[in-house]
Amino acid sequence: MLQGGGVPLSWYLILSAILFSLGIAGFLLRKNIITVFMSIELMLNAVNLSFVTFSYKFQQVNGHIFAFFVMVVAAAEAAVGLAIILTVYKNRNSLDIDDVSEMKN
Amino acid sequence: MDLFFFVVFAVFAVGCGISVVVQTHPISSALSLVGVMGSLAVLYLLLGAEFIAMAQVIVYAGAVMVLFIFVIMLLNSGGETHPGRSMTVKLLGVPALSGLFIVIAYIFATNFRDSARVHFGSFTEGTARSIGRAIFGTYLLPFEFTSILILVAILGAVVLARKELD
Repeated sequence: MLQGGGVPLSWYLILSAILFSLGIAGFLLRKNIITVFMSIELMLNAVNLSFVTFSYKFQQVNGHIFAFFVMVVAAAEAAVGLAIILTVYKNRNSLDIDDVSEMKN
Repeated sequence: MDLFFFVVFAVFAVGCGISVVVQTHPISSALSLVGVMGSLAVLYLLLGAEFIAMAQVIVYAGAVMVLFIFVIMLLNSGGETHPGRSMTVKLLGVPALSGLFIVIAYIFATNFRDSARVHFGSFTEGTARSIGRAIFGTYLLPFEFTSILILVAILGAVVLARKELD
């Protein structure tokens, strides 16, 4: 399986799947709102790796453009999300997502 | 040599990714996430995406993570006081997540088994020149829309984070 040099393309994709699953796990299991937010960033990074890998496979630059747009959206999302976290902390003095449960009932 | 670099940085990325999820203190998670992003930048370089690799280091590991660490230190948040979710999440979530990962990995492993192997240097379209041609040619309209998105994000952040006026 390893003759011929180089790395199998599927290994990159499986690494991306591992990182995406870890991101979902962090999103579901953690209670700190900042860690939940960082798990979303981890998932976005995993998707970016998939985009760049497919760009290599099809020998086109389009995947890089999509990865670039994902980065732009992630930067905007981080700015707004962290502002929301600041507001939540200002109002309740806590970063536990279980304390923010008005919409539950 | 490709394989060596891939294995080293893939293992580092997965280790840091596990650390992001497992650490209870947010600052440890944030530093682990910087490790993930740095090793992903090396993997992008191996795939011939030099512009994306540099943007990854500057935008993600630089700007976004500095913002995260800044907020963590500003809020002075400690570790989680009572970590862990309910039993339902632990009993159902972890097997469901493993199932999802196995399905995705199976699809990738079977559909792309015969595709070309990744050699460093065999894809040279990832330079700033060709990315610039694509962005300011084919993707000009989406690129201009991202400027509106960033403007809205700036306004939203300012409105949300300012002091209460009353």
